[in-house]
Amino acid sequence: MTSAHRDFDSVAIRRDFPILETQINGKPLVYLDSANTSQKPNIVIDTMSEFMRETYAPINRSAYTLAANATELYEGARNAVAKFINANSSQEIVFTKNATEALNLLVNSWGRTNLKTGDVVLLTHMEHHANIVPWQMLQQERGIELRWVPLTSDYQLDLTSLETLLKGVKVFSFTSMSNVLGTINPVEKLCAAAHAAGAIAIVDACQSVPHAPTDVRALGADFVTFSSHKMCGPSGVGVLWGRKELLEAMPPFLGGGNMISEVRLDGFTCAELPAKFEAGTPAIAEVVGLGAAVNYLNDFGMTSIRQHEIAISGYVIEKFADRFGDDITIHGPRNPELRGATFSFAFRGIHPHDLSQVLDQSNVCVRAGHHCAKPLMKIIGANATARASFYLYNTTADVDALADALDSASDIF
Amino acid sequence: MPGIEDLYREIILDHYRTPRNRGELQPPAISSEGHNPLCGDDIRIFLDVADGVVRDVKFSGQGCSISQSSTSMMTVAIKGKTVDEVRAFVRRFKHMMTLADNDEPVDESINLGDIEALQGVVKFPVRIKCATLGWNTLLEALTESTK
Repeated sequence: MTSAHRDFDSVAIRRDFPILETQINGKPLVYLDSANTSQKPNIVIDTMSEFMRETYAPINRSAYTLAANATELYEGARNAVAKFINANSSQEIVFTKNATEALNLLVNSWGRTNLKTGDVVLLTHMEHHANIVPWQMLQQERGIELRWVPLTSDYQLDLTSLETLLKGVKVFSFTSMSNVLGTINPVEKLCAAAHAAGAIAIVDACQSVPHAPTDVRALGADFVTFSSHKMCGPSGVGVLWGRKELLEAMPPFLGGGNMISEVRLDGFTCAELPAKFEAGTPAIAEVVGLGAAVNYLNDFGMTSIRQHEIAISGYVIEKFADRFGDDITIHGPRNPELRGATFSFAFRGIHPHDLSQVLDQSNVCVRAGHHCAKPLMKIIGANATARASFYLYNTTADVDALADALDSASDIF
Repeated sequence: MPGIEDLYREIILDHYRTPRNRGELQPPAISSEGHNPLCGDDIRIFLDVADGVVRDVKFSGQGCSISQSSTSMMTVAIKGKTVDEVRAFVRRFKHMMTLADNDEPVDESINLGDIEALQGVVKFPVRIKCATLGWNTLLEALTESTK
Protein backbone atom coordinates (compact mmCIF):
# COMPACT_ATOMS: atom_id res chain seq x y z
CA MET A 1 0.00 0.00 0.00
CA THR A 2 1.09 3.55 -0.68
CA SER A 3 2.13 5.33 2.47
CA ALA A 4 0.19 8.44 3.43
CA HIS A 5 1.90 11.77 2.99
CA ARG A 6 -0.86 14.23 3.79
CA ASP A 7 -2.21 15.04 7.23
CA PHE A 8 -5.86 14.47 7.82
CA ASP A 9 -7.01 18.09 8.05
CA SER A 10 -10.77 18.41 7.56
CA VAL A 11 -10.63 22.10 6.65
CA ALA A 12 -8.03 21.50 3.95
CA ILE A 13 -9.90 18.43 2.71
CA ARG A 14 -13.12 20.40 2.32
CA ARG A 15 -11.28 22.87 0.09
CA ASP A 16 -10.47 19.97 -2.26
CA PHE A 17 -14.20 19.52 -3.01
CA PRO A 18 -15.49 22.52 -4.97
CA ILE A 19 -19.13 21.51 -4.57
CA LEU A 20 -18.86 22.03 -0.81
CA GLU A 21 -18.43 25.75 -1.52
CA THR A 22 -21.74 25.81 -3.36
CA GLN A 23 -24.45 27.81 -1.69
CA ILE A 24 -28.17 27.41 -2.31
CA ASN A 25 -30.27 30.40 -1.24
CA GLY A 26 -27.24 31.84 0.51
CA LYS A 27 -26.79 28.81 2.72
CA PRO A 28 -23.88 26.36 2.57
CA LEU A 29 -24.32 22.78 1.49
CA VAL A 30 -24.37 20.09 4.19
CA TYR A 31 -23.87 16.95 2.13
CA LEU A 32 -24.78 13.85 4.15
CA ASP A 33 -25.52 11.36 1.37
CA SER A 34 -22.13 9.85 0.62
CA ALA A 35 -23.35 6.27 1.19
CA ASN A 36 -25.48 6.99 -1.85
CA THR A 37 -22.78 8.71 -3.87
CA SER A 38 -19.73 10.72 -2.86
CA GLN A 39 -18.63 14.15 -4.00
CA LYS A 40 -15.56 14.62 -6.22
CA PRO A 41 -12.28 16.35 -5.37
CA ASN A 42 -10.62 18.78 -7.79
CA ILE A 43 -7.94 16.25 -8.64
CA VAL A 44 -10.57 13.86 -10.07
CA ILE A 45 -12.43 16.60 -11.92
CA ASP A 46 -9.19 18.06 -13.31
CA THR A 47 -7.69 14.71 -14.24
CA MET A 48 -10.78 13.76 -16.24
CA SER A 49 -11.10 17.12 -17.88
CA GLU A 50 -7.38 17.24 -18.77
CA PHE A 51 -7.59 13.70 -20.09
CA MET A 52 -10.50 14.61 -22.36
CA ARG A 53 -8.78 17.80 -23.48
CA GLU A 54 -5.34 16.34 -24.12
CA THR A 55 -5.18 12.56 -24.22
CA TYR A 56 -8.62 11.10 -25.03
CA ALA A 57 -8.47 8.29 -27.58
CA PRO A 58 -9.62 4.67 -27.94
CA ILE A 59 -7.79 2.19 -25.77
CA ASN A 60 -6.25 -1.18 -26.64
CA ARG A 61 -6.80 -1.00 -30.39
CA SER A 62 -4.85 1.70 -32.18
CA ALA A 63 -1.15 2.12 -32.87
CA TYR A 64 -0.86 5.88 -32.79
CA THR A 65 0.80 7.65 -29.88
CA LEU A 66 -2.33 9.34 -28.57
CA ALA A 67 -4.12 5.98 -28.26
CA ALA A 68 -1.06 4.45 -26.59
CA ASN A 69 -1.02 7.29 -24.07
CA ALA A 70 -4.75 6.90 -23.35
CA THR A 71 -4.29 3.15 -22.89
CA GLU A 72 -1.40 3.76 -20.51
CA LEU A 73 -3.51 6.04 -18.33
CA TYR A 74 -6.46 3.62 -18.40
CA GLU A 75 -4.27 0.67 -17.43
CA GLY A 76 -2.48 2.86 -14.90
CA ALA A 77 -5.82 3.29 -13.14
CA ARG A 78 -6.26 -0.49 -13.12
CA ASN A 79 -2.85 -0.87 -11.48
CA ALA A 80 -3.75 1.77 -8.90
CA VAL A 81 -6.99 -0.05 -8.05
CA ALA A 82 -5.17 -3.40 -7.84
CA LYS A 83 -2.63 -1.97 -5.37
CA PHE A 84 -5.37 -0.19 -3.43
CA ILE A 85 -7.05 -3.49 -2.52
CA ASN A 86 -3.82 -5.55 -2.54
CA ALA A 87 -4.81 -7.76 -5.48
CA ASN A 88 -2.22 -10.23 -6.76
CA SER A 89 -2.21 -8.61 -10.16
CA SER A 90 -4.06 -6.01 -12.19
CA GLN A 91 -5.40 -8.87 -14.35
CA GLU A 92 -7.74 -9.59 -11.47
CA ILE A 93 -9.38 -6.16 -11.78
CA VAL A 94 -12.39 -6.02 -14.11
CA PHE A 95 -14.05 -2.68 -14.81
CA THR A 96 -17.83 -2.79 -15.16
CA LYS A 97 -20.54 -0.14 -15.49
CA ASN A 98 -21.18 -0.15 -11.72
CA ALA A 99 -21.08 -2.53 -8.77
CA THR A 100 -24.56 -3.78 -9.67
CA GLU A 101 -23.22 -4.93 -13.03
CA ALA A 102 -20.27 -6.58 -11.30
CA LEU A 103 -22.67 -8.68 -9.20
CA ASN A 104 -24.80 -9.46 -12.25
CA LEU A 105 -21.63 -10.55 -14.04
CA LEU A 106 -20.87 -12.99 -11.24
CA VAL A 107 -24.39 -14.42 -11.12
CA ASN A 108 -24.59 -14.77 -14.88
CA SER A 109 -21.11 -16.06 -15.55
CA TRP A 110 -20.02 -17.95 -12.42
CA GLY A 111 -23.59 -18.71 -11.34
CA ARG A 112 -24.88 -20.10 -14.62
CA THR A 113 -21.76 -22.21 -15.02
CA ASN A 114 -21.68 -23.64 -11.53
CA LEU A 115 -25.24 -23.67 -10.17
CA LYS A 116 -27.98 -26.10 -11.10
CA THR A 117 -31.50 -26.77 -9.83
CA GLY A 118 -31.52 -27.31 -6.08
CA ASP A 119 -28.11 -25.73 -5.44
CA VAL A 120 -28.06 -23.34 -2.51
CA VAL A 121 -26.95 -19.70 -2.35
CA LEU A 122 -26.63 -18.08 1.08
CA LEU A 123 -27.35 -14.35 1.41
CA THR A 124 -28.09 -12.16 4.43
CA HIS A 125 -31.03 -10.07 5.54
CA MET A 126 -28.97 -6.89 5.18
CA GLU A 127 -28.27 -7.10 1.46
CA HIS A 128 -28.82 -4.33 -1.08
CA HIS A 129 -31.22 -5.25 -3.91
CA ALA A 130 -28.15 -5.62 -6.16
CA ASN A 131 -27.10 -8.68 -4.16
CA ILE A 132 -30.63 -10.11 -4.03
CA VAL A 133 -32.44 -9.62 -7.32
CA PRO A 134 -29.80 -11.11 -9.68
CA TRP A 135 -29.88 -14.29 -7.56
CA GLN A 136 -33.69 -14.27 -7.59
CA MET A 137 -33.58 -13.98 -11.38
CA LEU A 138 -31.39 -17.07 -11.51
CA GLN A 139 -33.72 -18.74 -9.03
CA GLN A 140 -36.71 -18.12 -11.31
CA GLU A 141 -34.85 -19.52 -14.27
CA ARG A 142 -33.10 -22.42 -12.64
CA GLY A 143 -34.73 -23.25 -9.33
CA ILE A 144 -31.76 -22.60 -7.06
CA GLU A 145 -32.50 -22.27 -3.34
CA LEU A 146 -31.85 -18.98 -1.53
CA ARG A 147 -31.10 -19.02 2.20
CA TRP A 148 -30.71 -16.06 4.49
CA VAL A 149 -28.55 -15.22 7.50
CA PRO A 150 -30.88 -13.35 9.90
CA LEU A 151 -30.12 -10.36 12.14
CA THR A 152 -29.71 -10.09 15.88
CA SER A 153 -31.67 -7.48 17.86
CA ASP A 154 -28.54 -5.27 17.92
CA TYR A 155 -28.33 -5.13 14.13
CA GLN A 156 -25.51 -7.64 13.66
CA LEU A 157 -25.63 -10.78 11.54
CA ASP A 158 -26.88 -13.63 13.70
CA LEU A 159 -24.12 -16.18 13.18
CA THR A 160 -25.28 -18.72 15.77
CA SER A 161 -26.62 -21.07 13.07
CA LEU A 162 -24.13 -20.14 10.36
CA GLU A 163 -22.66 -23.64 10.14
CA THR A 164 -26.09 -25.19 9.64
CA LEU A 165 -27.09 -22.51 7.13
CA LEU A 166 -23.90 -23.14 5.16
CA LYS A 167 -24.54 -26.89 4.78
CA GLY A 168 -24.60 -27.73 1.08
CA VAL A 169 -24.14 -24.07 0.09
CA LYS A 170 -22.24 -23.31 -3.13
CA VAL A 171 -22.03 -19.52 -2.76
CA PHE A 172 -22.13 -17.23 0.25
CA SER A 173 -22.63 -13.66 -1.00
CA PHE A 174 -22.79 -10.88 1.57
CA THR A 175 -22.19 -7.20 2.20
CA SER A 176 -19.10 -6.02 4.07
CA MET A 177 -21.12 -3.15 5.54
CA SER A 178 -24.85 -2.49 5.53
CA ASN A 179 -25.84 0.59 3.54
CA VAL A 180 -28.83 1.01 5.89
CA LEU A 181 -27.62 0.00 9.36
CA GLY A 182 -23.97 0.92 9.06
CA THR A 183 -23.09 -2.48 10.54
CA ILE A 184 -19.60 -3.70 9.60
CA ASN A 185 -19.60 -7.45 9.07
CA PRO A 186 -16.75 -9.82 10.05
CA VAL A 187 -15.73 -10.46 6.44
CA GLU A 188 -12.66 -12.63 7.16
CA LYS A 189 -14.63 -14.87 9.46
CA LEU A 190 -17.51 -15.21 6.97
CA CYS A 191 -15.14 -16.02 4.10
CA ALA A 192 -13.41 -18.67 6.22
CA ALA A 193 -16.77 -20.20 7.19
CA ALA A 194 -17.86 -20.27 3.54
CA HIS A 195 -14.66 -22.03 2.50
CA ALA A 196 -14.90 -24.53 5.36
CA ALA A 197 -18.33 -25.47 3.98
CA GLY A 198 -17.00 -25.79 0.44
CA ALA A 199 -18.65 -22.57 -0.79
CA ILE A 200 -17.13 -19.59 -2.53
CA ALA A 201 -17.37 -16.16 -0.89
CA ILE A 202 -18.55 -13.04 -2.71
CA VAL A 203 -18.22 -9.73 -0.87
CA ASP A 204 -20.30 -6.70 -1.84
CA ALA A 205 -17.82 -4.13 -0.55
CA CYS A 206 -19.47 -0.95 -1.91
CA GLN A 207 -19.84 0.58 1.53
CA SER A 208 -16.47 -0.41 2.99
CA VAL A 209 -13.85 0.07 0.25
CA PRO A 210 -14.34 3.89 0.21
CA HIS A 211 -14.04 4.13 3.99
CA ALA A 212 -11.49 1.67 5.33
CA PRO A 213 -8.38 -0.27 4.27
CA THR A 214 -9.20 -3.25 2.05
CA ASP A 215 -6.86 -6.19 1.53
CA VAL A 216 -8.67 -8.75 -0.60
CA ARG A 217 -6.02 -11.38 0.04
CA ALA A 218 -6.21 -10.98 3.80
CA LEU A 219 -10.01 -11.12 3.64
CA GLY A 220 -9.79 -14.52 1.98
CA ALA A 221 -12.62 -13.63 -0.41
CA ASP A 222 -13.08 -15.13 -3.86
CA PHE A 223 -14.78 -12.10 -5.40
CA VAL A 224 -15.15 -8.51 -4.21
CA THR A 225 -17.28 -5.84 -5.88
CA PHE A 226 -17.39 -2.06 -5.35
CA SER A 227 -18.11 1.18 -7.15
CA SER A 228 -16.05 4.21 -8.15
CA HIS A 229 -18.68 6.83 -7.46
CA LYS A 230 -18.83 6.11 -3.73
CA MET A 231 -15.05 6.59 -3.34
CA CYS A 232 -14.61 10.09 -4.81
CA GLY A 233 -14.43 8.77 -8.36
CA PRO A 234 -16.94 9.37 -11.15
CA SER A 235 -20.10 7.33 -11.73
CA GLY A 236 -20.12 4.88 -14.63
CA VAL A 237 -17.43 2.55 -13.28
CA GLY A 238 -17.73 -0.47 -11.04
CA VAL A 239 -14.98 -2.85 -10.02
CA LEU A 240 -14.99 -6.61 -9.86
CA TRP A 241 -11.99 -8.22 -8.25
CA GLY A 242 -11.74 -12.00 -8.47
CA ARG A 243 -9.14 -14.66 -7.83
CA LYS A 244 -7.40 -15.20 -11.14
CA GLU A 245 -8.03 -18.94 -11.41
CA LEU A 246 -11.76 -18.39 -10.85
CA LEU A 247 -12.00 -15.57 -13.40
CA GLU A 248 -10.06 -17.66 -15.90
CA ALA A 249 -12.45 -20.59 -15.55
CA MET A 250 -15.53 -18.39 -16.10
CA PRO A 251 -17.20 -17.77 -19.46
CA PRO A 252 -17.60 -14.15 -20.62
CA PHE A 253 -20.65 -12.17 -19.53
CA LEU A 254 -21.16 -9.69 -22.38
CA GLY A 255 -19.93 -10.41 -25.89
CA GLY A 256 -18.55 -7.97 -28.45
CA GLY A 257 -15.43 -5.99 -29.18
CA ASN A 258 -12.36 -6.08 -26.94
CA MET A 259 -13.33 -9.34 -25.19
CA ILE A 260 -12.25 -11.67 -28.01
CA SER A 261 -9.00 -13.11 -29.16
CA GLU A 262 -10.40 -14.48 -32.44
CA VAL A 263 -13.76 -14.38 -34.21
CA ARG A 264 -14.61 -16.56 -37.19
CA LEU A 265 -17.94 -17.36 -38.83
CA ASP A 266 -18.06 -20.57 -36.82
CA GLY A 267 -17.22 -19.15 -33.41
CA PHE A 268 -14.93 -17.09 -31.20
CA THR A 269 -12.23 -17.41 -28.59
CA CYS A 270 -11.97 -15.12 -25.59
CA ALA A 271 -9.31 -12.56 -24.84
CA GLU A 272 -7.09 -12.91 -21.79
CA LEU A 273 -8.10 -11.43 -18.46
CA PRO A 274 -9.33 -8.85 -17.81
CA ALA A 275 -10.36 -7.95 -21.39
CA LYS A 276 -12.50 -11.11 -21.48
CA PHE A 277 -14.97 -9.34 -19.19
CA GLU A 278 -14.74 -5.86 -20.70
CA ALA A 279 -16.78 -6.02 -23.90
CA GLY A 280 -17.17 -2.82 -25.87
CA THR A 281 -15.68 0.61 -25.30
CA PRO A 282 -15.46 1.16 -21.55
CA ALA A 283 -15.93 4.39 -19.58
CA ILE A 284 -12.40 5.51 -20.45
CA ALA A 285 -12.24 8.96 -18.87
CA GLU A 286 -14.18 7.68 -15.85
CA VAL A 287 -11.69 4.89 -15.21
CA VAL A 288 -8.87 7.43 -15.44
CA GLY A 289 -10.83 9.54 -12.94
CA LEU A 290 -11.15 6.54 -10.62
CA GLY A 291 -7.37 6.18 -10.76
CA ALA A 292 -7.06 9.80 -9.59
CA ALA A 293 -9.59 9.14 -6.80
CA VAL A 294 -7.56 6.17 -5.57
CA ASN A 295 -4.41 8.27 -5.52
CA TYR A 296 -6.28 11.00 -3.65
CA LEU A 297 -7.49 8.57 -0.96
CA ASN A 298 -3.99 7.07 -0.71
CA ASP A 299 -2.64 10.54 0.06
CA PHE A 300 -4.33 10.31 3.45
CA GLY A 301 -4.26 6.56 3.84
CA MET A 302 -7.45 4.60 4.42
CA THR A 303 -6.60 4.12 8.10
CA SER A 304 -6.84 7.89 8.71
CA ILE A 305 -10.16 8.03 6.87
CA ARG A 306 -11.50 5.16 8.98
CA GLN A 307 -10.31 6.87 12.18
CA HIS A 308 -11.99 10.11 11.14
CA GLU A 309 -15.28 8.30 10.52
CA ILE A 310 -15.11 6.47 13.86
CA ALA A 311 -14.74 9.88 15.52
CA ILE A 312 -17.66 11.34 13.52
CA SER A 313 -19.82 8.30 14.38
CA GLY A 314 -19.06 8.73 18.06
CA TYR A 315 -20.01 12.40 17.80
CA VAL A 316 -23.29 11.61 15.98
CA ILE A 317 -24.33 9.03 18.57
CA GLU A 318 -23.49 11.38 21.46
CA LYS A 319 -25.09 14.41 19.85
CA PHE A 320 -28.32 12.58 18.98
CA ALA A 321 -28.61 11.17 22.50
CA ASP A 322 -27.84 14.49 24.23
CA ARG A 323 -30.11 16.58 22.12
CA PHE A 324 -33.01 14.29 21.30
CA GLY A 325 -32.92 11.39 23.77
CA ASP A 326 -35.72 8.95 23.02
CA ASP A 327 -37.12 11.15 20.24
CA ILE A 328 -34.58 9.66 17.87
CA THR A 329 -34.07 5.99 17.07
CA ILE A 330 -30.89 4.91 15.32
CA HIS A 331 -31.42 1.72 13.30
CA GLY A 332 -27.94 0.34 13.79
CA PRO A 333 -25.11 -0.45 16.21
CA ARG A 334 -24.19 2.10 18.92
CA ASN A 335 -20.52 1.23 19.05
CA PRO A 336 -18.58 3.43 16.57
CA GLU A 337 -15.92 0.71 16.21
CA LEU A 338 -18.52 -1.74 14.90
CA ARG A 339 -20.08 0.55 12.36
CA GLY A 340 -19.44 2.90 9.48
CA ALA A 341 -20.60 6.51 9.55
CA THR A 342 -23.96 5.75 7.93
CA PHE A 343 -26.98 6.37 10.14
CA SER A 344 -30.57 5.42 9.41
CA PHE A 345 -32.92 6.91 11.93
CA ALA A 346 -36.50 7.64 12.88
CA PHE A 347 -37.29 11.04 14.40
CA ARG A 348 -40.38 12.02 16.42
CA GLY A 349 -42.71 10.02 14.18
CA ILE A 350 -42.10 12.34 11.22
CA HIS A 351 -42.18 10.50 7.92
CA PRO A 352 -38.66 10.37 6.39
CA HIS A 353 -39.84 12.06 3.19
CA ASP A 354 -41.26 14.96 5.13
CA LEU A 355 -38.13 15.06 7.27
CA SER A 356 -35.77 15.20 4.30
CA GLN A 357 -37.95 17.88 2.70
CA VAL A 358 -37.66 20.08 5.77
CA LEU A 359 -33.91 19.38 6.14
CA ASP A 360 -33.55 20.49 2.53
CA GLN A 361 -34.66 23.98 3.58
CA SER A 362 -31.32 24.14 5.42
CA ASN A 363 -29.48 22.48 2.50
CA VAL A 364 -28.97 19.38 4.64
CA CYS A 365 -28.93 16.54 2.11
CA VAL A 366 -30.06 13.18 3.50
CA ARG A 367 -31.58 10.17 1.80
CA ALA A 368 -35.15 9.18 2.64
CA GLY A 369 -36.64 5.89 1.59
CA HIS A 370 -35.91 2.18 1.59
CA HIS A 371 -32.28 2.49 0.45
CA CYS A 372 -32.67 -0.37 -2.07
CA ALA A 373 -32.95 -2.84 0.80
CA LYS A 374 -36.69 -3.50 1.06
CA PRO A 375 -36.42 -6.93 2.73
CA LEU A 376 -34.21 -5.41 5.44
CA MET A 377 -36.63 -2.50 5.93
CA LYS A 378 -39.46 -4.96 6.51
CA ILE A 379 -37.35 -6.83 9.07
CA ILE A 380 -36.51 -3.69 11.05
CA GLY A 381 -40.19 -2.71 10.84
CA ALA A 382 -39.84 0.50 8.85
CA ASN A 383 -41.34 1.40 5.47
CA ALA A 384 -38.70 4.04 5.07
CA THR A 385 -35.96 5.71 7.09
CA ALA A 386 -34.00 8.91 6.84
CA ARG A 387 -30.29 8.26 6.40
CA ALA A 388 -27.37 10.58 7.04
CA SER A 389 -23.99 9.30 5.89
CA PHE A 390 -20.61 10.91 6.43
CA TYR A 391 -17.28 10.83 4.60
CA LEU A 392 -13.80 12.30 4.84
CA TYR A 393 -15.04 15.80 3.98
CA ASN A 394 -17.69 15.89 6.72
CA THR A 395 -16.99 17.50 10.08
CA THR A 396 -18.70 17.76 13.45
CA ALA A 397 -20.12 21.09 12.18
CA ASP A 398 -22.16 19.04 9.66
CA VAL A 399 -23.53 16.92 12.51
CA ASP A 400 -24.49 20.12 14.37
CA ALA A 401 -26.21 21.45 11.24
CA LEU A 402 -28.17 18.21 10.94
CA ALA A 403 -29.27 18.40 14.57
CA ASP A 404 -30.37 22.05 14.17
CA ALA A 405 -32.32 21.21 11.02
CA LEU A 406 -34.01 18.27 12.76
CA ASP A 407 -35.24 20.65 15.42
CA SER A 408 -36.80 22.88 12.78
CA ALA A 409 -38.75 19.86 11.44
CA SER A 410 -40.44 19.48 14.81
CA ASP A 411 -41.83 23.00 14.45
CA ILE A 412 -43.89 21.97 11.41
CA PHE A 413 -45.19 18.53 12.31
CA MET B 1 -36.33 27.79 -3.98
CA PRO B 2 -40.03 27.53 -3.17
CA GLY B 3 -40.82 27.91 0.51
CA ILE B 4 -41.73 24.92 2.63
CA GLU B 5 -44.99 26.72 3.50
CA ASP B 6 -46.11 26.23 -0.12
CA LEU B 7 -45.99 22.51 0.51
CA TYR B 8 -47.18 22.03 4.05
CA ARG B 9 -50.36 24.12 4.00
CA GLU B 10 -52.51 23.99 7.12
CA ILE B 11 -55.34 22.03 5.46
CA ILE B 12 -52.81 19.41 4.34
CA LEU B 13 -51.34 19.04 7.82
CA ASP B 14 -54.88 18.84 9.22
CA HIS B 15 -55.76 15.88 6.98
CA TYR B 16 -52.39 14.30 7.83
CA ARG B 17 -52.92 14.61 11.58
CA THR B 18 -56.61 13.67 11.39
CA PRO B 19 -57.12 11.55 8.30
CA ARG B 20 -60.74 11.09 7.15
CA ASN B 21 -62.11 7.74 5.98
CA ARG B 22 -59.15 5.81 7.30
CA GLY B 23 -59.95 2.12 7.70
CA GLU B 24 -61.11 -0.83 5.66
CA LEU B 25 -64.29 -2.07 4.00
CA GLN B 26 -65.22 -5.74 3.97
CA PRO B 27 -66.04 -7.60 0.74
CA PRO B 28 -68.01 -7.32 -1.47
CA ALA B 29 -66.31 -3.91 -1.39
CA ILE B 30 -63.29 -4.14 -3.66
CA SER B 31 -59.77 -2.91 -2.95
CA SER B 32 -56.56 -2.04 -4.76
CA GLU B 33 -53.06 -1.54 -3.48
CA GLY B 34 -50.56 1.04 -4.70
CA HIS B 35 -46.83 1.36 -4.00
CA ASN B 36 -44.36 4.16 -4.36
CA PRO B 37 -41.20 2.24 -5.27
CA LEU B 38 -39.06 5.30 -4.59
CA CYS B 39 -39.87 5.56 -0.91
CA GLY B 40 -41.53 2.27 0.00
CA ASP B 41 -44.87 3.87 0.84
CA ASP B 42 -48.02 1.86 0.25
CA ILE B 43 -51.72 2.63 0.21
CA ARG B 44 -54.83 0.47 -0.09
CA ILE B 45 -58.12 1.93 -1.32
CA PHE B 46 -61.42 0.21 -0.47
CA LEU B 47 -64.42 1.04 -2.65
CA ASP B 48 -68.07 0.22 -2.29
CA VAL B 49 -69.66 0.93 -5.68
CA ALA B 50 -73.33 0.26 -6.34
CA ASP B 51 -75.42 1.34 -9.34
CA GLY B 52 -72.47 3.28 -10.70
CA VAL B 53 -72.13 5.39 -7.55
CA VAL B 54 -69.30 5.38 -4.98
CA ARG B 55 -71.32 4.63 -1.82
CA ASP B 56 -68.31 4.40 0.49
CA VAL B 57 -64.52 4.65 0.35
CA LYS B 58 -61.79 4.01 2.89
CA PHE B 59 -58.01 3.82 2.82
CA SER B 60 -55.21 2.17 4.76
CA GLY B 61 -51.42 2.01 4.47
CA GLN B 62 -48.38 4.07 5.37
CA GLY B 63 -46.99 7.18 3.83
CA CYS B 64 -45.73 10.71 4.18
CA SER B 65 -47.89 13.72 5.00
CA ILE B 66 -48.46 14.49 1.33
CA SER B 67 -49.60 11.02 0.27
CA GLN B 68 -51.75 10.56 3.37
CA SER B 69 -53.45 13.96 3.28
CA SER B 70 -53.97 13.85 -0.47
CA THR B 71 -55.68 10.48 -0.16
CA SER B 72 -57.74 11.62 2.82
CA MET B 73 -59.00 14.70 0.93
CA MET B 74 -59.70 12.55 -2.11
CA THR B 75 -61.92 10.16 -0.17
CA VAL B 76 -63.97 13.07 1.19
CA ALA B 77 -64.41 14.52 -2.29
CA ILE B 78 -65.46 11.40 -4.18
CA LYS B 79 -67.94 9.85 -1.77
CA GLY B 80 -71.42 9.93 -3.35
CA LYS B 81 -70.15 10.76 -6.84
CA THR B 82 -70.84 8.55 -9.86
CA VAL B 83 -67.94 6.55 -11.28
CA ASP B 84 -67.87 8.83 -14.33
CA GLU B 85 -67.80 11.92 -12.15
CA VAL B 86 -64.97 10.43 -10.09
CA ARG B 87 -62.93 9.69 -13.21
CA ALA B 88 -63.39 13.27 -14.43
CA PHE B 89 -62.43 14.51 -10.95
CA VAL B 90 -59.23 12.43 -10.98
CA ARG B 91 -58.36 13.81 -14.42
CA ARG B 92 -58.85 17.35 -13.13
CA PHE B 93 -56.57 16.62 -10.15
CA LYS B 94 -53.86 15.02 -12.26
CA HIS B 95 -54.07 18.00 -14.61
CA MET B 96 -53.31 20.25 -11.63
CA MET B 97 -50.39 17.96 -10.80
CA THR B 98 -49.13 18.51 -14.38
CA LEU B 99 -49.77 14.87 -15.21
CA ALA B 100 -52.70 15.26 -17.62
CA ASP B 101 -53.05 12.69 -20.36
CA ASN B 102 -53.51 14.61 -23.62
CA ASP B 103 -55.87 11.99 -25.02
CA GLU B 104 -58.40 12.62 -22.27
CA PRO B 105 -60.24 15.92 -22.00
CA VAL B 106 -60.01 17.76 -18.69
CA ASP B 107 -63.07 19.58 -17.43
CA GLU B 108 -61.48 22.69 -15.93
CA SER B 109 -64.78 23.84 -14.47
CA ILE B 110 -64.60 21.07 -11.86
CA ASN B 111 -63.96 22.65 -8.47
CA LEU B 112 -61.35 20.74 -6.47
CA GLY B 113 -62.19 22.58 -3.25
CA ASP B 114 -59.69 21.98 -0.42
CA ILE B 115 -57.63 19.82 -2.73
CA GLU B 116 -56.42 23.00 -4.47
CA ALA B 117 -54.10 23.29 -1.46
CA LEU B 118 -52.00 20.54 -3.02
CA GLN B 119 -51.10 22.80 -5.93
CA GLY B 120 -47.92 23.77 -4.09
CA VAL B 121 -46.65 20.19 -4.50
CA VAL B 122 -45.99 20.97 -8.17
CA LYS B 123 -43.12 23.20 -7.04
CA PHE B 124 -41.52 20.09 -5.48
CA PRO B 125 -41.56 17.68 -8.44
CA VAL B 126 -40.18 14.74 -6.43
CA ARG B 127 -43.31 14.87 -4.27
CA ILE B 128 -45.85 14.69 -7.14
CA LYS B 129 -45.62 10.90 -6.89
CA CYS B 130 -46.57 11.14 -3.21
CA ALA B 131 -49.58 13.34 -3.96
CA THR B 132 -50.87 11.08 -6.74
CA LEU B 133 -50.27 7.66 -5.12
CA GLY B 134 -53.79 7.42 -3.66
CA TRP B 135 -55.39 8.74 -6.84
CA ASN B 136 -53.69 6.23 -9.12
CA THR B 137 -54.66 3.48 -6.72
CA LEU B 138 -58.25 4.75 -6.82
CA LEU B 139 -58.23 4.49 -10.63
CA GLU B 140 -57.18 0.85 -10.33
CA ALA B 141 -59.95 0.20 -7.83
CA LEU B 142 -62.48 1.85 -10.15
CA THR B 143 -61.38 -0.36 -13.01
CA GLU B 144 -61.71 -3.34 -10.71
CA SER B 145 -65.21 -2.26 -9.64
CA THR B 146 -66.51 -1.99 -13.21
CA LYS B 147 -65.23 -5.39 -14.30
